[in-house]
Amino acid sequence: MSAPASFTPVMPGSAAPEAPAPTTPKRVPNRGGTPNPSAAAIAAQFPGAVVRTEVIWGETNVYVDRARVLDIVRWLHDDPSQRYDYLSDVTAVEFRDPEQPMQVVWHLRSLPYRRFLRLKAELPKGEPLEVPSVWSVYKGADWLERECYDMFGIRFAGHADLRRILMWEQYHEGHPLRKDFPLRGRFSRAEQLRQALAANPEARYSMEELTIAQAFEDIPEDMQRRLAKGERTGE
Amino acid sequence: MGLMPRPDTTVTTYDPASHESWIATRLDFLVNWSRANSLWPMPFGTACCAIEFMATAASRFDLARFGMERMSFSPRQADVLICAGRVPFKLAPVLRRIWQQMPQPKWCISMGACASSGGMFDNYAVVQGIDTIIPVDVYVPGCPPRPEGLMYGIMLLQEKVKRERMGDTRLRQEIEPDPTSGLYIPPQAIDELSEPFGNSVHQTRSGL
Ligand code: SF4
Repeated sequence: MSAPASFTPVMPGSAAPEAPAPTTPKRVPNRGGTPNPSAAAIAAQFPGAVVRTEVIWGETNVYVDRARVLDIVRWLHDDPSQRYDYLSDVTAVEFRDPEQPMQVVWHLRSLPYRRFLRLKAELPKGEPLEVPSVWSVYKGADWLERECYDMFGIRFAGHADLRRILMWEQYHEGHPLRKDFPLRGRFSRAEQLRQALAANPEARYSMEELTIAQAFEDIPEDMQRRLAKGERTGE
Repeated sequence: MGLMPRPDTTVTTYDPASHESWIATRLDFLVNWSRANSLWPMPFGTACCAIEFMATAASRFDLARFGMERMSFSPRQADVLICAGRVPFKLAPVLRRIWQQMPQPKWCISMGACASSGGMFDNYAVVQGIDTIIPVDVYVPGCPPRPEGLMYGIMLLQEKVKRERMGDTRLRQEIEPDPTSGLYIPPQAIDELSEPFGNSVHQTRSGL
């Protein structure tokens, strides 16, 4: 009998050999510290695209030109020295201070190099809220971008299926996480209820969602036919 | 029940040696008694209250004592809808449809502050009380109600069931939502029911 293979903490295909060993950060300063090496790499690769870089609580925020986001993200994902293979969040920030522009935030993680990078793009006041979609790089961006669109009204150019995801599709009171959105909504309660009850709860699955869930076979035939014809909402 | 006049003059003899057993009662009483003691719940658990509902159903509190151990996950075999948790507006048509799919006789328990009034969620997304969507028989207050609270609500519902009379024409009436708006109570009443109260009166509204 051969001896059992010795335990290897680094699984093939996960952390790169030159990646730093995982550590528990201690006494992390609020501002300043060593930035993530990818920040300098982006600045070198995309001259003029980086607006500024800051390190907050040990995490690196890179403010980039919103038009270049897709190129940067694609490079970060593909380049063998970066390999950001995991997009953990896409979200947005609106500040109560009306002078401050809205920000769209991408949280990227490189599992091989054990790096975390936060990309931010500022949306200037008075311009349409639009940024490129990173859906073509990370399929996981699909629902994250839909949520961001639903809550903030930011359009992700290039997203194949940009619909509301948390609110129902016919919801037209606005985008609830915006600062100008009243907490209780714009309409009276009766009107909100009327609109909600008018929505068809079975009709808001797209073909893609049904394929993902492999539920297509299980739905009634007329619905299969309607969806196969490309109908999205049935309403 | 009143189908036949009471046969006043019937003389029944009972021979103890025959070992026959029989019982005489009111049909109302018998039917209500059996209904009240085998209410099949349809658990509609949407949030934290559902955890407390599960605790009520589990061995320590044991809903089986009330004949309710059989959770009916199909509304078509359910007698009582227990709405445990907050209901967002997106779920309102689902709750309405589940209620309409339940056959008569049926009852509804609204469990917890959120289901009964929207609770602390006086915001754009949450229905301010499920009684604006479906009729409710028993409201159980609490956030969440303790299992004893829910059981007290269930016992109140059993009381209510036991007091029903078959001749009462107001029972077993399906709600008829207004065909254009889908609401079954007038919009003014809904607005009045959903008026902010308590702390949420002072809730700041974004004024940017
Ligand atoms: S009443 Fe309290 S426990 Fe129940 S759903 Fe609402 S917040 Fe959760």
